[in-house]
Parts: sequence; structure tokens; C-alpha cells
Amino acid sequence: MSDLAGVSSTLLYAAFLLYLVATFLFGGSIRQKGLRDGEGLNRWGRLGITVTIVGFAAQLGYFFTRWAAAGHAPVSNLFEFTTFFGMMIVGAFILIFFIYKTVVLGLFALPIAIIIIAYASMFPSEISPLIPALQSDWLHIHVTTAAAGQGILAISFIAGIIYLVKNIDQSVSTKKTKWLEAVMFFIVSVVAFILITSGFALADYKAEFEYVNKEDVAAQQEFTLPALVGPNEGTLLTEGKMEPLADMPAFINAKKLNTVLWSLAGGVILYGLIRLVTRKRVAALLQPLVQNVSSDLLDEISYRSVLIGFPVFTLGALIFAMIWAQIAWTRFWGWDPKEVWALITFLFYAAFLHLRLSKGWHGERSAWLAVIGFGIIMFNLVAVNLVIAGLHSYA
Amino acid sequence: MGKVKCECGHVNPNGTILCESCGRALTEKAKQEKLVDMRYEGSARRSQTYNKTIIDKVWNFFSSVKVGIWIIVLLLVAASFGTILPQEFYIPSNMPAETYYEDVYGVFGKIYYMIGFHDLYNSIWFSALIAALGVSLVIASLDRVIPLYRALKNQRVDRHETFMKKQRLFAEQEGVLQRGEMEKVRTELMKKRYKIREENGSLLAEKNRFSRWGPYVNHVGLIIFLFGALLRSVPGMYIDELLWIREGETLQVPGTDGAYYVKNNGFTLENYEEGEDPEVFDEAIDRVGTVAKNYQTDAVLYRDANNELPGADPELTEVQTESIQVNQPMKFDSFAVYQTSFRQDEMKAMHFALTNKETGEEFGGIVVDLFDQQESYDLGSGYKVELRGYYPDFDGFSESGEPTSKSPLPNNPAFLFNMITPETPDGEVSFAQIRNTMEPLGENEYKMAFKNLETRDVSALTIRKDLTLPILALGGIIFMIGVIQGAYWNHRRLWIREKEGHIYVAGHTNKNWHGLKREIHSVLNGTAIPEPEDRQKD
Repeated sequence: MSDLAGVSSTLLYAAFLLYLVATFLFGGSIRQKGLRDGEGLNRWGRLGITVTIVGFAAQLGYFFTRWAAAGHAPVSNLFEFTTFFGMMIVGAFILIFFIYKTVVLGLFALPIAIIIIAYASMFPSEISPLIPALQSDWLHIHVTTAAAGQGILAISFIAGIIYLVKNIDQSVSTKKTKWLEAVMFFIVSVVAFILITSGFALADYKAEFEYVNKEDVAAQQEFTLPALVGPNEGTLLTEGKMEPLADMPAFINAKKLNTVLWSLAGGVILYGLIRLVTRKRVAALLQPLVQNVSSDLLDEISYRSVLIGFPVFTLGALIFAMIWAQIAWTRFWGWDPKEVWALITFLFYAAFLHLRLSKGWHGERSAWLAVIGFGIIMFNLVAVNLVIAGLHSYA
Repeated sequence: MGKVKCECGHVNPNGTILCESCGRALTEKAKQEKLVDMRYEGSARRSQTYNKTIIDKVWNFFSSVKVGIWIIVLLLVAASFGTILPQEFYIPSNMPAETYYEDVYGVFGKIYYMIGFHDLYNSIWFSALIAALGVSLVIASLDRVIPLYRALKNQRVDRHETFMKKQRLFAEQEGVLQRGEMEKVRTELMKKRYKIREENGSLLAEKNRFSRWGPYVNHVGLIIFLFGALLRSVPGMYIDELLWIREGETLQVPGTDGAYYVKNNGFTLENYEEGEDPEVFDEAIDRVGTVAKNYQTDAVLYRDANNELPGADPELTEVQTESIQVNQPMKFDSFAVYQTSFRQDEMKAMHFALTNKETGEEFGGIVVDLFDQQESYDLGSGYKVELRGYYPDFDGFSESGEPTSKSPLPNNPAFLFNMITPETPDGEVSFAQIRNTMEPLGENEYKMAFKNLETRDVSALTIRKDLTLPILALGGIIFMIGVIQGAYWNHRRLWIREKEGHIYVAGHTNKNWHGLKREIHSVLNGTAIPEPEDRQKD
């Protein structure tokens, strides 16, 4: 690895740590009231945003040094894209922060960005050369704009989730509290995934399987987590590793399903532990942190983020995408799963805007929509790349 | 059509809710409301006014935003179903769809195929949904934009106090407007780029009215885009052809009516190599194995000067020479030629040598071009090889003992040779394949020894013409302008009015109320004019 690439990884690591520090600083500042009239930031808040900006600068440094080392914009595989997406969330947060000066936003936005960057590092992170289809200036134009749009839309989710944590009555168990816990459980499961994957990677767990694939051909697959489920007609080749509890049919990728199962199991344990120890819902634990911010302001931030992010997303994920697809794949639109899910995202936020403008969906309903919208974005990032095979599966 | 005359004297179209001019509520419902509904300025929309004929009903149905949202949601849900399993055009082309889905995905795949989800995006109902969206876009926009334009054009400076009282941002206070203060307010507003109108001591400051047109502009863009997509089915607008071309071949470019020919001067496949390419890639190449670096066809484009003359042989003149790569199509006229696919090492020719089995002596070699065979190959001095049969894709012998070929493609070529030498003037029959010869008619003295194989690559080029692209681009650009116009600016208004010893202040924006409040605060701060309060706060 060249020196530049080394510098680049160090900068990313630094950014990661700085975001972590900034989260705690924002945590310290939340006693500040959420921008009612003419209130300035307190010292913790000022420190928090400063550290965030330094972290963002470090990550920009990572981005451009890696660009220099590779000779192409580092947005060409799942590690690079997801890392960049995390950076765009931080960037969008900084932008929105300077409009609304709300510290509590940082308290939620930064952990989400941290989790996303950590999630990114679960994928192979070496600098990879570009396959012919990716050798174009549109790579960085299309991907960065799309990710920036998604990052801004993610702020809408963050404001929405704060709104829900604040406003959903936690004194009784309702459908709303359950759904909100489902969102929390999902986030906890991602954390569990990161912990489990890093744990077994540190232990250097490898189990090789021979199996029969979709095309009825013998193939090999290496599991990096103990196999709860194994591949179709699989036989374990590595000695002393866990035998799978069940084999999967050929059209299911057992390795990926296994990872999902591990994550869910880890999520159940981690989430269960939190509930057992604290005797409270996760959202109820978070509720005291968000009491001071105005719901009206959160609603406005959530809506504003969609307004800012929607045109950027459309430009990057649909228009630039179509231009490049016309050049690289001969057609501007081909119903590739990633294309379809970008269209679905676009349609969803279009519906969101119409519901707000004309049907008066404000406050809580709008917040739920923002959560669903982010769910679609994450689905497009994770599931479409890993589960649904298509032209965009670069990882 | 009836008209509604307001107390202020302004004549409004039938169905108007708030007087276009002074803002008085004109309907009983609007008079009852605590806060006035400012959407579309309370203007008279056709859909809210008429509901008698079939046309009215259709109009009203499609003008409804609720219906529009339903169409959007149905579209997005339907679109997602198409991604559960790969669509028909992404499954391997050598597998029939009827069996593929069931074979690979079992019962679920069978059902998926049966309900037509394997080709969802070309289904009639999906197209109908898109059509409905288009109709909705047109009608819903027309229903709103015209009355909205009227209302904003006719608005008066001194709005009626009942209108102001029902605004979300409002304040009322006893007092009179001071000339000096108003002067200050005016300069502050000007600094913030408000347009100011004043009449009878009342003030209306307004900015960014153009952002109100954003939604309609972007809808126009979408309609143009959908129209462009529709045009594809018009003959001549769209061509999509695939051309498999071997190295060295010159072929007509399909879709050009014989006007153009293309020659393949060679296909290149390059992979990244450790050591050759930047060192930083080594780790990745190590992990993945091979990573492709370049697919390229060196192409020459010719025009046929005799294309117009029936029966004449093509007379080719070179137009351009280009290396077609992925991401770098060759362009001519309104065509683009893309590097799409390739097949490496297709057999081109086979070399054999006529050999004496005993001595091993060779009496000359022949080259059989698999695409252009000769009937016999003369080796001189009485040695000759006749080609009795050619089986390009040999797959065994029929019951009568005849060799058979399962396709005309040279995938497994086999030959029936008759070898004529001075010793065997009647000839000996040899059946030759790659690395294998047989003697079907008894023991021979000679054999056709396989020497080597010439191969070449075949490149697949996509020939594409799409005359709808400029229309789609126009639609896209207009859409983006409209979205940005509507999203990044907002239409703000501030009314200040004095009447009978009272000062009334009201503000309105179509979005971003915090921004408006902050702006009004900085304008009115330090004056005796009361700052309007938000009456829709949690």
C-alpha cells in the first residue's frame, strides 16, 4: 500500500474518532433550549460543531488522498460508497445545523453517521481498480450527487426520529411505541452486525464450504461467521468449524442469509439486554435527551431537508444516472433493481411532498414518512446491492 | 358562468373562496374558519366548482391531489414487485422464461411468472398507471395554476382586516403607523429584496412569487418527459440492434438501411496486472483474481456510395476509424455504436497436414477456413485433399452412420476428407476433428494430422439511435428548474395596515415559516409595529 493510501486510512480513522467525540460534546450541550427566540449556542454546542467540522475535514482529506492514490474517485465499491454516504450525512448535518442551530440534531445525526461508516468498513476496503463500465467521469459526478441527496434526506429522517422520540407517549404501550421500537431494534441490529463481524474477523474465523450453486455447478464459498445455515448441498471443508444447522436451497445465498441471521440474533440479545437492564423502551431512554427542542422546529427541519435533498437526489440518482447509463449501458433506463429503487425513492418523496403541501400531513405523520423514506434509502443501499443481483452489485 | 361580486367591488369567478382582491371570505365555510386556508389563495378551481357532466367528473377525479398520491404510491409499490426476482430481460437468454422461474425459484417463481411479474414494466396495467399519472399531472396542474395566477395578479395591497386576522402570522395593536418607522421598515424590506407596494397607508411586501410556479414548471417537465418516452414507439425514432462481428469481418450496420458498414479490425480484452498497474491495486487483484480493464473493438466505419442504386455492389468509402470502448461509443449521424459483449477465441481456421502414417512424412499442409471452405486443396505433385463433408458443430453419428451437426456455428468442427496421393489415386477417407482422426472406411496409409487452430474474437456491438433523447433532456431540464424553483425559494408576504386606530400585521409564506418569522423579526425589531405571532404552534 502506498504512503498516500496509508495517510488516507489514518484520516478516515481520525474522522471516525472525531465524530465520536463530537457526539459526546453534543450530548453535553443538550440542556440548551432548542432555538426558541434569539438564543445562541452554549459552549458545549460550539465545541461539538467545531469538532464535527474538523472530523468532516479529516474525512474530506481521506476522500481526496484516496482519490489521488487510486486515480479515481473513491466511490466505486460498497465500502467507498457507504463511507461517502456517511460523510454526506455529516455534511448535510453541518449545513442544516448552520440554518437551525439545533444541537440535539447532532446528538442523533453523528451516531447514525458513525454506524454507517463502521458498517462500511465491514466490506473489503482495499483500493480496487475500475472495471470498464465504471471508467468515466460520470462515476464521481453521478455517485457523489446521489449520495449527497441521500445524505440530506437522511437528516429528514433524523429530525423525524427525534420528533417521534419526543412526542410519542411512552407511558403506555401502543402501536406507535412498538413501531418506534422496531426502528430502534433495527439500529441495534446493525450495531450487533458490526460487533459480530469485527469479532469473528479478529478471531480470523474461516470455514470453507463446497456446494451446488444455482446453475447446478459445484462451487466453493467461504464463511467468515459460523454457519447457522449452510449452502445448498454443502459440505464443510475446513476442519473443526461449526456444521450448519440447515442447508438452504440453491437460489438463496446462504452466506448472506447467515450474516442476516447472526445480526438479528445479535440484535435480539443486545436489544434484550438494554431492555432488561434499564427496564425501559429504547425510545423512552432517549426521550429525556430531546425534551428541550421545539417539535415545530423539528418538523420544519425534517421538511426542509426533504426540500433541499429531493432536487439533489433527483439530479444525482436519476438524471445524471440516466445520462451515464445512456453512455455506458447504451440505454438511459433499463429497470435494473438499483434504478427501480432510485425511482421508488423519488416517487416516495414526491408523495411525501404532495401529502405535506396538499393534505396537511405535518408533525407526527410527516415524521413517520421521513422514517419510511430513510428505510427505502437504506434498502436501496444494502438489500439491493447484497440481495438483489443487478448491474450495480459492485461489492 | 356565474360571477361573485365581493363587497369591495371586485368581481370574482364563480367558486372563489377568498376575494382575489381584498381577501374577504366569500363562502360560508371560509367565513367560519379560524385560520384561512391559503392553499391556491382561495381561488376558484374548476374541480371545486362544477360536478355535473361526465367531463366534470373525470376532471375532478384527476385534479385531486389525493388521487395523484394514490397513483404515485401504486406505481412505487408495483415497481418494487418487479425487483423481487430478475425481470425476463435479465435472465440468461438461452433459458426459456416459462421454465426458468420455476426451475430456479420453485413454486414462488412459477407464480411470479404466471401473474406476469417477470415482465412487469412492459405490462399493460403498469403502462396504464404511468398514463394515469400523466393525465393527473396535466389536469391537476391546469386546475390550479390558472386560478392561482389570477389570484396573485389581482391581489390588493390593503387586504381586508378579516383576511389579515385569519393569517397564521398575525398581530393587532392599537396605535398609528409612524412615518419614520415605516421608512425604516421599508429600507429593511428592500435590503431583503422584497417588492413593496403601498396604497392608502397600507403596505404589502412580497418576494419570490416565482417560486409558486415551481410545481407547475416541474409538472410541465415531467409531462414533456413522458411524452418523449411515448414517442419511442413512433417508427424511425428508435433503433436498438445487436451486431456480432468477428475480427476481420465487414458487416452492414443494422438499422441504417445499408448505408453504413462497419469493420472489426480487432477486439482487445485487457485485465489489470499486478506489477504493471499501480501498486495500490495489487491487494484487490489478489483477492478477486482477474479484474477487467478494457474491452475494445477497433472499428472502421464505411459509407456505401451505391446504397441508393438497386442491385449495385457496395462501394465503401471510409468515414471514420475509432476504438470503441465501454463508455466511449462511436457516434455518427444520430447513431451510437457501443461495445456491449464479446466471445473470445472463436475457431476460425484449422491446419492439417497430409501425413504418411508409417514414416511420418508430411506432404504439405492445408488450412480450412471454417467460414469459407474449398471443395479440394491441391498440394501439388499428385497430392490432393478433397473435402467431402463439413460438420461445424459435430455431435455424433446418425443411425445411418452419417455425421451430424447440431448448429451452423463452428463450435466443434469435424471434416470428412478424401486424401489422394500417387499411391492411393482413388483416395482414402479420413474423418478429422481437433486432435482426433478416424478411419470409417477401413485402414489408411495416410492421415490428416491436426496441426493447429486459428481463433479470433467476436465482438458484440449495440447500434442505437434514439431521437427522443433531446425531448427527454428538455423535460429533465425543465423538471429540475421547476423543482429547484419551488424548493429553494419560498413566496413570502408581509402585510402592514392601519385602520381606525389599529395596526394590523400579517405574514404568509408557502413554506419555511421559521425563515419568515426570523426575517419579520429583524425587520420590525425596534419599531412600535407589533411583531406577528405564530398561531399554529405546538
